[in-house]
Amino acid sequence: MLYREAGDFKTSYRDDSQTFPIKLERWGYYAVVAVAFGIVPFVINDYWASAVLVPFLIYAIAAIGLNVLTGYAGQVSLGTGGFMAVGAYAVYKLMTAFPDVSLLIHVVLAGAITAVVGVLFGLPSLRIKGFYLAVATLAAQFFLVWLFNKVPWFYNYSASGQITAPTRTFMEQAISGPAASASAKYLVCLVFAFLVAWMARNLTRGSIGRRWMAIRDMDIAAEIIGVNPLTAKLSAFAVSSFFIGIAGALLFSVYLGAAEVGEAFGINKSFLVLFMIIIGGLGSIFGSFAGAAFLVLLPVLLKNLLVGNLGWPTDLAAHIELMIVGALIVTFLIVEPHGLARLWSLTKEKLRLWPFPH
Amino acid sequence: MKLKFPAIVAAATMLAAPAMADLVVPNMSYRTGPYAANGIPYADGFSDYFTLLNERDGGIGGQIVQVPECETAYNTEKGIECYEALKSQNPLVLNPLSTGITYQLIPKIGVDGISLYTPGYGRTSAKDGTVFEWVFNAPANYWDGASVAVKHILDQEGGDLSGKKIALVYHNSAYGKEPIRTLQELSEKHGFDLMELPVDAPGQEQKSQWLQIRREKPDYVIMYAWGVMNQVAIQEAVNVRFPMDHFIGIWWSGSENDVKPAGAGADGYKSLTFHGVGQDYPLYADMKQYVHDAGKASGAGDQMGNVLYSRGAYAALVIAEAIAKAQELAGTAEINAAQMRDGFEGLDITAERMVELGLPDFGAPIKLSCENHGGDGLGRIQQWDATAGQWNLITDFIEPDAEILDALVKEDSQAYAAEAGLTPRCN
Repeated sequence: MLYREAGDFKTSYRDDSQTFPIKLERWGYYAVVAVAFGIVPFVINDYWASAVLVPFLIYAIAAIGLNVLTGYAGQVSLGTGGFMAVGAYAVYKLMTAFPDVSLLIHVVLAGAITAVVGVLFGLPSLRIKGFYLAVATLAAQFFLVWLFNKVPWFYNYSASGQITAPTRTFMEQAISGPAASASAKYLVCLVFAFLVAWMARNLTRGSIGRRWMAIRDMDIAAEIIGVNPLTAKLSAFAVSSFFIGIAGALLFSVYLGAAEVGEAFGINKSFLVLFMIIIGGLGSIFGSFAGAAFLVLLPVLLKNLLVGNLGWPTDLAAHIELMIVGALIVTFLIVEPHGLARLWSLTKEKLRLWPFPH
Repeated sequence: MKLKFPAIVAAATMLAAPAMADLVVPNMSYRTGPYAANGIPYADGFSDYFTLLNERDGGIGGQIVQVPECETAYNTEKGIECYEALKSQNPLVLNPLSTGITYQLIPKIGVDGISLYTPGYGRTSAKDGTVFEWVFNAPANYWDGASVAVKHILDQEGGDLSGKKIALVYHNSAYGKEPIRTLQELSEKHGFDLMELPVDAPGQEQKSQWLQIRREKPDYVIMYAWGVMNQVAIQEAVNVRFPMDHFIGIWWSGSENDVKPAGAGADGYKSLTFHGVGQDYPLYADMKQYVHDAGKASGAGDQMGNVLYSRGAYAALVIAEAIAKAQELAGTAEINAAQMRDGFEGLDITAERMVELGLPDFGAPIKLSCENHGGDGLGRIQQWDATAGQWNLITDFIEPDAEILDALVKEDSQAYAAEAGLTPRCN
């Protein structure tokens, strides 16, 4: 009744193919963006930024990156953690080598460096696919972590192998380091998440995205109709790694402030981001956000509920939390194997018909 | 959907902060994950000591000590979440029991004005109080540990190590890499060869490292491990028949949990410690009476008297003494975080004071100042007796090699000061 297409006339192709064709949805999107940019920065505190929203936005960027590769182009990757490490170490080296250049530029450059590394490790995808490719990217994960542990140049020869983000400012506001305010950290991540989502959305519905999807659906058929697998697969690796590199750079410089590669960018990170896109929905930008929200916010929410409100012992709560999150993942995937994004679109489908389903 | 989640989290966090008394000393513990076996006894000892003070003495200076617990699982991201959650409760001091989390918090606590107490772990150069204003790592640090271990080996070998080979088996993280620089310097000074064998976290797989040890036959093995890596390493050492009395772990590799899985094979394994072992101290009678028998023990209450429990209690003891000192200096029982820092810098725990506290000859005297945040770094060696199932102290407190360490500490802290743009204080 409220959510309907009736009366929402389109008079141009441009209107007809916009991202949010239904008016209510479009307004909802504008409202979310307005709240995220206009209201949240003024009310956010340290806990909300550091424990909830900043990790959510950074993981959403990483999930979008992996979704481009796995969801849209169909290339399974277990190297996300390694590529995030490339972004983090690239931004660290850039920050310390060129302290006068803005961190925002460094983050984008770190993404570009990761894109190059991603293309390099994407080369095997021209010969192998499916599980075999997953194993090749797994090798990337272990190799990159080993590399950053082994070569002291990457961590500027510090005694412990830790990298620490120095304070950097943007328009007189600290955006990295200990003095960065909650709203500054949040806004930096929000701007990057917004731009990445916007770019990903427009890439995936254009000719490049169609080529990726053609390769995903059937590579031989795609080749026959004139899609070049070399450029399609490698561009997917490049774009995906670019986003993942940005996520890694932000994770280190804005969120963690200090990192060591084995702990922050281990194989667990690769699985975490992979679970995000599987739960959120493969091949969906909204799904990337939903999956990141599910896996970042739910544990924090459960912890606060169980320990804070119910006063349970912390170890019991931590174990129960693992079980609840695990059970929810299994339940979600049984009820809706295509993830939260599909669940959301089914809900919209039902809402269109409500209250008179035929 | 996206809007709903934050709303619920908001509601949860609003309700989450209970009313707190003035003295808040959080326990950033880990009772889950691959490091839980070591995290549980430490967390229990830490909480129980404050429970004892609250029950027996009515707190410190008449103020009850609150010990809110937060589970970090030894994970840096959860550590940040805990830090932000605890920060709102105005803690006096934090003790994260994780070198990774410590590195992350060092810049933050300087801005927020909260002390960090990292006994036996964390960033070694934090000993230099002129650079690290808010960090304290007395009574001993990783480099002290490495030096004490080498001194013990020197004693065993009659003072000459030239041509000997010492292997370092370490957790491939900030923690495990800490002693490398010191050992390299010491190997130059004493003329031994150093073999570095990293083990990736969490450390269940170290077969290849131990096969390498079997092949290259180092004279001694020094180990910096934690959590599950300890048990695996000791078992692997037994498997390759490495002589256990030539195998020396850092203090984090020397608890009952670490040696018991290897059974009789672990007999003779040595580790460092910076405090006494066992329950033959008057404090434990009080601990039993006021905490355990009263049913107020933290966790399952079955950890009393083991090595890590004692270490947790010892950390709590040093914090409690610093609180008392801070109250004395500030002239009020309701101290704030800045006064707490002054309390640490004025800390002076003498041998007589340890007797008063019911722990005679348990820890070395600690005297801190504006420049010295790390104490004297004394350590002793304990050895495992598998038949009796207990640790025995086999040496007295050994002094580390200050000549080498002071220069290294200075170098590293100056590098940090330059990187972070700090000017030295205490002038």
